[in-house]
Amino acid sequence: MTEHCACDVAILGGGIVGASAALALRRMGFSVMLLERDLCGSRSSGVNYGGVRRQGRPLTQLPLAQRAQGVWTRLTELIGIDGEYVQSGHLKLARSPSDLAALEAYFEASAGFGMDLQMLDAKALRQRFPWLGERAIGGSLCPQDGHANPRLVSPAFAKAAAAMGADIREHMPVDEVEHDGKHFTLTCSKRLVLRAPYLLNCAGAWAGRIAASFNEAVPMVPSHPVMAVTEPLPMFMTLSLGVEGGGIYARQAPRGNCVIGGSQGYALDDQRARPSREAIALVLERTVELLPELRHAHIIRTWSGTEGYLPDREPVIGLSHTTPGLIHGFGFAGAGFQIGPAVGEVLAELVRDGASTTPIQAFSVARFTTPTQVFSSVPPSATST
Amino acid sequence: MSADLQPVIVGAGPAGIRAAETLVRHGLKPVVIDEAPRWGGQIYRQPPAIFQRTRQTLYGLDAKAAAAVLNTMTTLLPHISYRNDTLVWNAEGGQLDLLHQNQSSTQPYSHLILSTGATDRVLPFPGWTTPGVFTLGGAQVALKYQGCAIGSRVVFVGTGPLLYLIAYQYAKAGAKVVAVLDTATLLDQIAALPDLMVAPGLLARGIYYVSWLRAHGVPLHGGIQPLGAVGDGRVDAMRWRDSRGEHEVACDAIGFGHALRSETQLADILGCRFEFNVLQRAWLPVHDAAGRASVSGVYLAGDGVGIMGAQAAEWAGERAALALLADTDQASAPAQRARANKLEKALGRTQRFRRGLERAFPFPPTWAEQASDSLVVCRCEDVTASDLRTSAAAMGTTDINRLKALTRVGMGRCQGRMCGVAACEILAQCSGQPLKAVGRLRGQAPIKPIPFSMARTTVPSKPAAST
Repeated sequence: MTEHCACDVAILGGGIVGASAALALRRMGFSVMLLERDLCGSRSSGVNYGGVRRQGRPLTQLPLAQRAQGVWTRLTELIGIDGEYVQSGHLKLARSPSDLAALEAYFEASAGFGMDLQMLDAKALRQRFPWLGERAIGGSLCPQDGHANPRLVSPAFAKAAAAMGADIREHMPVDEVEHDGKHFTLTCSKRLVLRAPYLLNCAGAWAGRIAASFNEAVPMVPSHPVMAVTEPLPMFMTLSLGVEGGGIYARQAPRGNCVIGGSQGYALDDQRARPSREAIALVLERTVELLPELRHAHIIRTWSGTEGYLPDREPVIGLSHTTPGLIHGFGFAGAGFQIGPAVGEVLAELVRDGASTTPIQAFSVARFTTPTQVFSSVPPSATST
Repeated sequence: MSADLQPVIVGAGPAGIRAAETLVRHGLKPVVIDEAPRWGGQIYRQPPAIFQRTRQTLYGLDAKAAAAVLNTMTTLLPHISYRNDTLVWNAEGGQLDLLHQNQSSTQPYSHLILSTGATDRVLPFPGWTTPGVFTLGGAQVALKYQGCAIGSRVVFVGTGPLLYLIAYQYAKAGAKVVAVLDTATLLDQIAALPDLMVAPGLLARGIYYVSWLRAHGVPLHGGIQPLGAVGDGRVDAMRWRDSRGEHEVACDAIGFGHALRSETQLADILGCRFEFNVLQRAWLPVHDAAGRASVSGVYLAGDGVGIMGAQAAEWAGERAALALLADTDQASAPAQRARANKLEKALGRTQRFRRGLERAFPFPPTWAEQASDSLVVCRCEDVTASDLRTSAAAMGTTDINRLKALTRVGMGRCQGRMCGVAACEILAQCSGQPLKAVGRLRGQAPIKPIPFSMARTTVPSKPAAST
């Protein structure tokens, strides 16, 4: 029997963005129903590296990241668990003079955003972090950045939202979304029909379909970051590590397991992804370069997930330009975990006020949709370069 | 045509060896990959070549069957590519990932026969992580491979035919078996007799072990509930309860296990479809009567697809190889078809014997209920029954993979190979669901841990010396 429901705000997707939006909306007093195809936090939000990092983000994201930092420092109060969140510090390493120059440029440019970055030369690195390999010639430290356990944190946001009265429906894939000018109607096979004046599109790597169905197709492509974890080891890595120019990133969970990410896996199907053997080999090799202490350790598990990437590696956050009541929050290019809780708050503000107190202009969906509409008659030769 | 075929057999136990023999007989040259230094699988595990013990000493009543399988492999060695001491840790895009002496390489295949065997089905009891407590399989490996006993005064506890076999082997080897504690009862065993009669040879053997143990004064107790291994730093006693009360016996080692569980990770990584098997209380890769998996070109045989025992594994290995040959037009003459039918009939009879064994040595139905909150379920990540129950209740968890994500159960070095059975049983119990409904732990590479220091070779490693 089909259940018919109505609420103020329908949320598509139970990742950290959708779940924290549900929580924020409930605190504002809206009625909320969140529809999740699988389990809340079971995709990118729950299987990512777990970096709670502002450092290295584009300047456009720093106001949002700062706002998120505030949420993270009150995490326990908000979601009832500490989620293994630690402000370990985040160290971004340079392996070449040009990488070091890039870190210095970022240090200068991000000065006004309150991250308190510290530049460290090779000598300071060796002194403070003797467990680092020889490859690093300098680095930039963000002392208040850190890491957390995404498997715990993301589902806990959904649980906190439910505790505040949000109606969270798991195993509820949406087959159809329609808009009649005033209301959205979401249909889940023969089980549920939901009507709501607002729809938050927080469907992660799968959000492009929803956007496209409202004439806001975006050039988002899926990709599959590879993660690997060691057996628990004595604590030695006091920081979360990144490398300028990419490569790998690494942290040590409070339990002692080192979590390492890097490279790209492949899609098994629309829903599932796996690390490739090439990616695993690359992660192994690069890790030992950076962290010689791990050379006698083992990888006990690898995994991957599916994340959406837009060409400029910035997310889409904001009001739809085609459909009143539709609000997007997706495409975090593998860096959504830290800012997710702030994005949730911003989406809630957009519902309530139609605007956000945090600048989000850079993330407008119009940056992709407007040119195609205007220049759709440009001959192919003009765009092939 | 056969030049284009590159069949690869994973596992050199009874199933893998018979599969290799069948392929070689029809002109193919399979690659046989095995984790052990020498062939034989767990059941016919061979000691290092320099050891002097006879097969009669090593395999007892199974010496003849062991010799037949082991000698077959000896004659096959010139005709196959044998990769011993080699772990298959992943599969991707028609190639297996191997690890041999810290070198990683890939092995392409056109067809795969998986005979990956089994490990102990571990149902933890209080104190099971105390040094001196081993699984039954571990106790047997110590004896067969290294000629070592796990202790000099040993208790064996659990259920299954292996319990009595290992007790017998230990007693024969000179260890003092101070007690054999079976969670099943004599009534269970009597009720199972009609089904067990289909394999009178195996039944007679089981009866012989029990009689021998009795005749040699080894105390056998049925219908027991293990209360715990006692000992601080090292086990020094075993406690249990039966209808007459609580008991304790001094010992310096304990071997325990509740039958076996299939090693299915590779089939999982290859994308084989699984179904829940009520009899074995496990999700197992689906296969037809010939051993064909749901993935084309993949064949399954032996204990790795459901516990069937060594004799049945030999039949299943041969049957799977015949299916591979028929599917590739290498051999589909009437003679092969007749042989295939005969093997399938024999395997069918085994199913009835299997049912009998499950009746004779049933899974302890109240195990999960009786598991105390303080019981360590996952020793790699130190997760207790209470951790599982509390998390499941707090988050409304009904799925084993979600419970893994929340509690780390099955996330450690064993990747759930040891703790998965118990974790699923406890989740089913505390969430009030049938065991099938909690699902199965997803297989993820690597199948067993791989070292950071692992070097990559693009050329497949040379076959090792066939000793």
